[in-house]
Amino acid sequence: MAKRAAPEVNAGSMADIAFLLLIFFLVTTTMEKDSGINRKLPPIEDSQEDVIIKQKNIFTVLLNGKDQLLVEDELMELKDLRAAAVKFLDNGGGTDVNGNRCDYCHGLKDPSSSDHPDKAIISLKNERKTSYGTYISVQNELVAAYNELRNKRAQSQYGESFITMQKNYKDVNWKGNKEKLKEKINQIKTDYPQKLSEVQ
Amino acid sequence: MSKFKKKKGGGLPAINTASLPDIVFMLLFFFMVATVMRDNSLMIDNSLPSASEVEKLEKKNLVMYIYIGKPSRNYKKKYGTEARIQLNDKFAEVSDVAAFIAAERASKREEEIPFLITSLKVDKKANMGIVGDVKQELRKVNALKINYASIKGDVSRN
Repeated sequence: MAKRAAPEVNAGSMADIAFLLLIFFLVTTTMEKDSGINRKLPPIEDSQEDVIIKQKNIFTVLLNGKDQLLVEDELMELKDLRAAAVKFLDNGGGTDVNGNRCDYCHGLKDPSSSDHPDKAIISLKNERKTSYGTYISVQNELVAAYNELRNKRAQSQYGESFITMQKNYKDVNWKGNKEKLKEKINQIKTDYPQKLSEVQ
Repeated sequence: MSKFKKKKGGGLPAINTASLPDIVFMLLFFFMVATVMRDNSLMIDNSLPSASEVEKLEKKNLVMYIYIGKPSRNYKKKYGTEARIQLNDKFAEVSDVAAFIAAERASKREEEIPFLITSLKVDKKANMGIVGDVKQELRKVNALKINYASIKGDVSRN
C-alpha cells in the first residue's frame, strides 16, 4: 500500500489563539515600577527621657490646614524652602558632639543658626487638614536640600555626584569596586545625615 | 494559441500570513517576561503626587501596599466621599493596618522580614489626618521603613 502523506494541520487559527493570550496578559499585568520618597519612621520609645536640643539646631517647618507654609515662624513660599533648608543645614556655626568644627560647610557660620550638619534637625509638622500633595511637595524640597548638599560634598570629595554614586551602587552592570563605593556613600551620609523628623 | 493564455485573471495574490502567529507569540513572550501580575484592583481614586527626588523600589515582592484615597465612583454611594484605606481588595479601618502588616509578614520568609517596605499609595487630594493615623499604626507594629509613592515629576503639579 502506498504511503500516504500525513495531512497538514491547519495553523490558520494559531494567530487567533496567540492574540487571545496576548490580550489576556496585556489586561492582567502591569509594567509600572514603583517609585517614591523613602522615609524611616521613628520607633516608639518607652523611655520618656527628653533629649534636650538647642532651639537654634531645629528648623521648624509647619504646614497648616490651608496648605500654608510657616518656616521658623515666618510665612514662606514653597520655592524658597529648599534654599532656606540648605542655608540652615550648611551653616556650621559651632561644633559637633565631639567638638569638631565643620570644615566642609560653606554656610555663613552664623552663631544663631545650626551648629553642625550632624546636629541640625529639620522638624516637619502638619495638621490633619493638610493635603497630601502639598505635604509630599514639602518633603520633596527638604530631601532635595539634603541631596544638594550631599552632591556638592561628593563632587568635591570624589569627583562625582552623590546621586550617580547611588545609581552605580544599585546598577548590576557597573564595573567598579562596590565595597569602596559603599564606604564613600556612607561617608557622605555621615557628613550630612538626614535628620528629618515628622511629628504628628 | 491557448498555450499563452494567462493563468488567471487579475486580482491580488493572497498575503501569506503563516508568520503571523510567530510575530504574535513574540509579543506575547515579551509581555509575559516584562510585566508582573496586577495584584489588587483599586476601589479608590489614586492619583499619586509628583516629586523630583524619587527613588525606585527594587524588590517588588518585599513591598506591602497601603492605598488611601476617596472611594471611586462605583463605591461612592456605599462608602461616602471621605478618603479611606484600602488593604488587599477591600476597604479597611485604621485599626486593621496592624493585622494587615502581621499577615504580610507571616507570608514572607523570616530572613526577608527586616527588608520589608511599606509603600503608602496615597491620593494627592487626601488629607494628612488619615495618613498620620496610618503612620502611627505602622510605628506601633514596628514597620518603620516606608515609602511615599510618587511619580517622578515637578512638584508644581501637586
